Amino acid sequence: MLTDRDRIFTNLYGRQDAGLKGALRRGAWDETKFLLEKGKDWIITEMKASGLRGRGGAGFPTGLKWSFMPKPQEGRPHYLVVNADESEPGTCKDREIMRNDPHLLIEGCLIASFAMEANACYIYVRGEYVREREALERAVAEAYEENLIGPDNKHGYPFDLYVHHGAGAYICGEETALLESLEGKKGMPRLKPPFPANMGLYGCPTTVNNVESIAVAGTILRRGGSWFAGLGKPNNTGTKLFSISGHVEKPCNVEEEMGISFRELVERHCGGIRGGWDNLYAVIPGGSSVPVLPEHQCQDLSMDFDTLKNLKTGLGTAAVIVMDKSTDIVRAIARISYFYKHESCGQCTPCREGTGWMWRVLDRMAHGRAEKREIDMLLEVTTQIEGHTICALGDAAAWPVQGLIRHFRHEIEKRIDDYAANPTPPDYAIAAE
Amino acid sequence: MSVRRLAEIQPESFAFTQDNLQWAEGQIAKYPEGRQASAVIPLLWKAQEQNGGWVPEPAIRAIAEMLAMPTIRVMEVATFYTMFNLSPVGEHFVQLCGTTPCALRGANALKDVCRKVIGEERHVTGDGKLSWLEVECLGACSNAPMVQVNYDYFEDLTPESFEALLGDLRAGKAVKTGSQTGRSCSAPSGGDTSLLDEALYDGSVVGAWRKRFDEQAAGDATESDSAAKPAQSARPEAKASKGKADADAKPADAKPADDRPSDRSRREGQPAWAGGKGGVADLPRPSKPSGEEA
Amino acid sequence: MTKIIVDGAEVDVPAEYTILQACEAAGAEIPRFCFHERLSIAGNCRMCLVEVKGGPPKPVASCAMGVRDLRPGPNGEPPVVMTRSPMVRRAREGVMEFLLINHPLDCPICDQGGECDLQDQAMAYGVSGTRFFENKRAVEDKYIGPLVKTTMTRCIHCTRCVRFVAEVAGAPEIGAIGRGEDMEITTYLESAMSSELQGNVIDLCPVGALTSKPYAFKARPWELSKTESIDVMDALGSAIRVDARGREVMRILPRVNEDVNEEWISDKTRFVWDGLRAQRLDRPYVRENGRLRAASWGEALTLVATRIKTADKTRVGAIVGDLAAVEEMFALKDLLARLGVTNVDARQDGSALDPALGRASYLFNATIAGIDEADAILLIGTNPRLEAPVLNARIRKRWRRGSLRVGLVGERADLTYGAEHIGAGADSLTELVEGKHSFAKALDGAAKPLIIVGAGALARSDGAAVLAAAAKLAAGPGVADGWNGLSVLHSAASRVGALDLGLVPGQGGLTAREMAEAGALDVALLLGADEIDVAPGAFVVYVGAHGDRGAHRADVVLPGAAYVEKTGLYVNTEGRVQLANRATFPPGEGREDWAILRALSEQVGVTLPYDTLAQLRAALFQAYPHMAAVGEIAAGDPADLGRLGAGAGSLSSDAFRNAVTDFYLTNPIARASAIMAEMSALRRGALAEAAE
Repeated sequence: MLTDRDRIFTNLYGRQDAGLKGALRRGAWDETKFLLEKGKDWIITEMKASGLRGRGGAGFPTGLKWSFMPKPQEGRPHYLVVNADESEPGTCKDREIMRNDPHLLIEGCLIASFAMEANACYIYVRGEYVREREALERAVAEAYEENLIGPDNKHGYPFDLYVHHGAGAYICGEETALLESLEGKKGMPRLKPPFPANMGLYGCPTTVNNVESIAVAGTILRRGGSWFAGLGKPNNTGTKLFSISGHVEKPCNVEEEMGISFRELVERHCGGIRGGWDNLYAVIPGGSSVPVLPEHQCQDLSMDFDTLKNLKTGLGTAAVIVMDKSTDIVRAIARISYFYKHESCGQCTPCREGTGWMWRVLDRMAHGRAEKREIDMLLEVTTQIEGHTICALGDAAAWPVQGLIRHFRHEIEKRIDDYAANPTPPDYAIAAE
Repeated sequence: MSVRRLAEIQPESFAFTQDNLQWAEGQIAKYPEGRQASAVIPLLWKAQEQNGGWVPEPAIRAIAEMLAMPTIRVMEVATFYTMFNLSPVGEHFVQLCGTTPCALRGANALKDVCRKVIGEERHVTGDGKLSWLEVECLGACSNAPMVQVNYDYFEDLTPESFEALLGDLRAGKAVKTGSQTGRSCSAPSGGDTSLLDEALYDGSVVGAWRKRFDEQAAGDATESDSAAKPAQSARPEAKASKGKADADAKPADAKPADDRPSDRSRREGQPAWAGGKGGVADLPRPSKPSGEEA
Repeated sequence: MTKIIVDGAEVDVPAEYTILQACEAAGAEIPRFCFHERLSIAGNCRMCLVEVKGGPPKPVASCAMGVRDLRPGPNGEPPVVMTRSPMVRRAREGVMEFLLINHPLDCPICDQGGECDLQDQAMAYGVSGTRFFENKRAVEDKYIGPLVKTTMTRCIHCTRCVRFVAEVAGAPEIGAIGRGEDMEITTYLESAMSSELQGNVIDLCPVGALTSKPYAFKARPWELSKTESIDVMDALGSAIRVDARGREVMRILPRVNEDVNEEWISDKTRFVWDGLRAQRLDRPYVRENGRLRAASWGEALTLVATRIKTADKTRVGAIVGDLAAVEEMFALKDLLARLGVTNVDARQDGSALDPALGRASYLFNATIAGIDEADAILLIGTNPRLEAPVLNARIRKRWRRGSLRVGLVGERADLTYGAEHIGAGADSLTELVEGKHSFAKALDGAAKPLIIVGAGALARSDGAAVLAAAAKLAAGPGVADGWNGLSVLHSAASRVGALDLGLVPGQGGLTAREMAEAGALDVALLLGADEIDVAPGAFVVYVGAHGDRGAHRADVVLPGAAYVEKTGLYVNTEGRVQLANRATFPPGEGREDWAILRALSEQVGVTLPYDTLAQLRAALFQAYPHMAAVGEIAAGDPADLGRLGAGAGSLSSDAFRNAVTDFYLTNPIARASAIMAEMSALRRGALAEAAE
């Protein structure tokens, strides 16, 4: 089990002062200048050595990503953009960083920008997080006031930090859609290549990182890449904020070691499954877009990228949505399908047309108003979306449905049989609430 | 999401107040010259705020002019992002999260409360106080079910506490934001299971990490006869000799200053930094990244 | 060049090619909806997916990925692209299915039927049958102006229209509002589009969502006879296709001509066809007791012949209109020469252009395609957006590429690109010539400066001096490399041909304006001249197709043929000779204009020596050999420009006036068109609103 001394987000629950004074006491901004003086190559090497994989969902190695930035050119400034558009259902970790440990994020922005030779950074906060944005803006103002950041700051590296926000669009969590939105357009993902490292914000080299990936940078550099790499499992290193929601006794956010077992995570921090361990039915282990796992695959489940990938699902943002036996799994996934239909930007054909189609079929299936051969048809529709779209939202919409059919086909079939036997079912809830 | 249309009844004109205009100029200044269109979302947001919670049509034109954007581009933005309300809302605009994590914990029962207390979605109560809308995940899943009223989150709701909340809002009483069950943020209810170590908060963390660098620097100096010293003066507790296990070098009073994962014994006897030389590694520079964060 | 293997065949393509282009070079057909060669890449329809070996295990959009982004094989083999693999077939079927699930499939009542990309590609790449049993999406239709009809349920969201108006037309008025499956194409609050090029979105729309409003439900593509021709609405000579059913022109579409109009045409070119049916002169008329009455050809010609024969030849004159073809102008010149008449002029507007100064003095010497190479552009007394919208789009295209300064001397206007307004009158021109204005540096520093002189700037008393000043500004270092930047932008389709033929006053002859003055002439022959008022007194013979200004003034009307009703040569503003073909016949007793002049010549006793158009052309080509080179430009001699200054006089300080103020009503055909009248009223209304 992870000890408190190895936790990075020490004010996760907001019990301490989130302001600069409190943050300094908890070790933020501690000799940042010393870290910068070790040079950008050292920083990137340390980040690579830490094995940190992006915390936004895709798990791309952060240090490697930082190293992709080209050499600076006249008239093409570099940008760091922090993705704080936390919208993946189940995920609520960046919110706590922004309101409780904002200085870790701001310091991380300075370090990452320095390493990538960016002198300006934008933090894109989702529109709904008004209070979180205000907290972050307060912290940024404090940092400016203390000259920790700014054009002529005490770290000797000119750096400006701006907080930007969205206005309600999940798709802006996709890095290129976020850049479009930041440029004042609709959040429609761009075609890649070119990748943001070559053509990002305003056509300039840009790196987009998740809040958590940036906020851990300072601690990793201070304590060493090898410290971070020593936590967790090989290729799945370090600590991670887990957001546990759904049918556990005590839903919460908690920073834990990568590779912690699902059971330990839930029983140690969440008071166990509602109604006891045996009442577990299914788990969505990494936010709504990853396929659901049935209870028997969760008995001895290690929460890390590779284990979950081998189970044809993913760690995603480590947003663990737990479902007990009262859950109407078809309806729960149908609601996720509705989410993706609602959030599809509409740019490319398979996602625009396919998300609505999937939801409508699933909605009928949730009531049983379908035919069994439609299950295979629906599965085929998901494969016609998956991999055929500009961005990953198409995949994200397809996977939950695939997971449902993979593990709970019998549930859908039962629903159809029941409806055939009695076509006027009672109104029912998504779960025992 | 259904087709979003502008309200049929619109005000004649829209102009930012002097304060908001000044604020808007500050926003525009955040972006490089010629990139003022970046401010379109903040400006529409401010217009919505000034206009009682919804974006009137004249504001779209006014902002287009301010930012030198074609009007249709601002219209696109206003209709794309669902937080822009295109028709009037209640004084307390309830956005109810209905996505699966909230639904699993009772959001549907909250919807029933809304229907009972307010009416159908988008309907503004006769007194103008309340209206509601089911929205998608608001990112407070560990505090489900929850609603957002104007700018504030109200979390860990039950149908009863929610109905009481709506009543209080309507009556203009002061309400408590955040968790309605008294949790601090998203801490597990009934007592924290982590972050209990007092030493995290007593200031002892500060500077404790420097020891490994000082050891490294000392080692380098011995090896290369270099006079290079770290920029900062070495801390007294970090003056440990090379090769000595850092656990041994730890002074008794520096409680949390261990630079290795606790509870682990790996590479004992080596400074944590021993893996790298601290020099400039030759970094491979592929021309473009092949991964992305979703 | 890069090697790439497409469907097993190795091809060598330029490295900047997209996979789609490379596949086409290899002969593989790639279906597409959103991709268009002249628009930015959207990559959103996903129809052009192909399989790439060595890449991710998913198909890639071939329109968006460059050949240079492909990875070679492990041993350096060329990248492999497959366009017919099972993965590709499945991907295409999938995308096609998605496109069709919410498409109404109302082809039997859709104007796009028979020429619909979706229809064609569904046949080629789709599957029969459907698995979609939900309700189809219905989308409200939008009003976007009188020219383009919308049936939005059919829209497949390719965004070609959005990109066209923003990128090519420069009037970003169409957008996609909402999101996801509720995304809708519309203008702001359903206002009418304002671009003069908006009709092109009809051609761009791959489905029946945007169709021609005036043509709605009029005809099916397979019942139309299609004639390739040349447009005369402005002096560009855009390549068009005239679609007729029986004797009626049903619609006009663009053809591709990279050197002239690429593949765009203006709305006047496209929608003027209803003007070909209205106000037509379908039989001869003679004026009796102040009123025109129908007459026979014999009576009318005899009357005209008598008048000409009895008149003093110094008091006979002819004015040539803006839409005349070279053949009839040649016949007219021949006839007048045989009669000994020297009063002839094709310059109704009083332009100072003089063919005696050499062909380089009145051509758009830089050529239209040359705009792409220009590195500084100065507009003098012209609004190309109104005088030649397609050419204006070409300037915009060049401007969008960057590092181009455009200066404007004359009336301020929104040209769709950033033009620096230097001044209103010729004083600014003097400043530029003397190097006093900052823009002069841009011209001096330019290797290929382009000086565009509008017809309006030349139709003033100091027109010759304006031209001389422009020539001085154009004399940059590029001249040595064969670049001639002095470019006259004519607004009349007939003008360059007329100047080539020398249709200007002969020894002692009167100009058009002089002829129009009271007491100047006894007999005036107007060959389609409608932009000039002949003062009372003269006996006016009008040869032309439409009952416009000229016919109203006429004492005898001889019905001619409009441009789609005769084959004729036109020389465009660059000096390019182009052949317009006959798509239909003149109504009633109307005749081709050259034939009318031939008949008249017999009546006046100086019979022209050609009985057929072929014979006429033979004579024409003998006299003017460059007219035989259809499609070619006989370039002017840049040396001629040096002589422009002599005797040009001095510049007046009056402000320049553009030749065209109302784009929609510039000629008799357009003025007969109800569609053009509606557009004109709409534009004037919008201007009035803006002025308030």
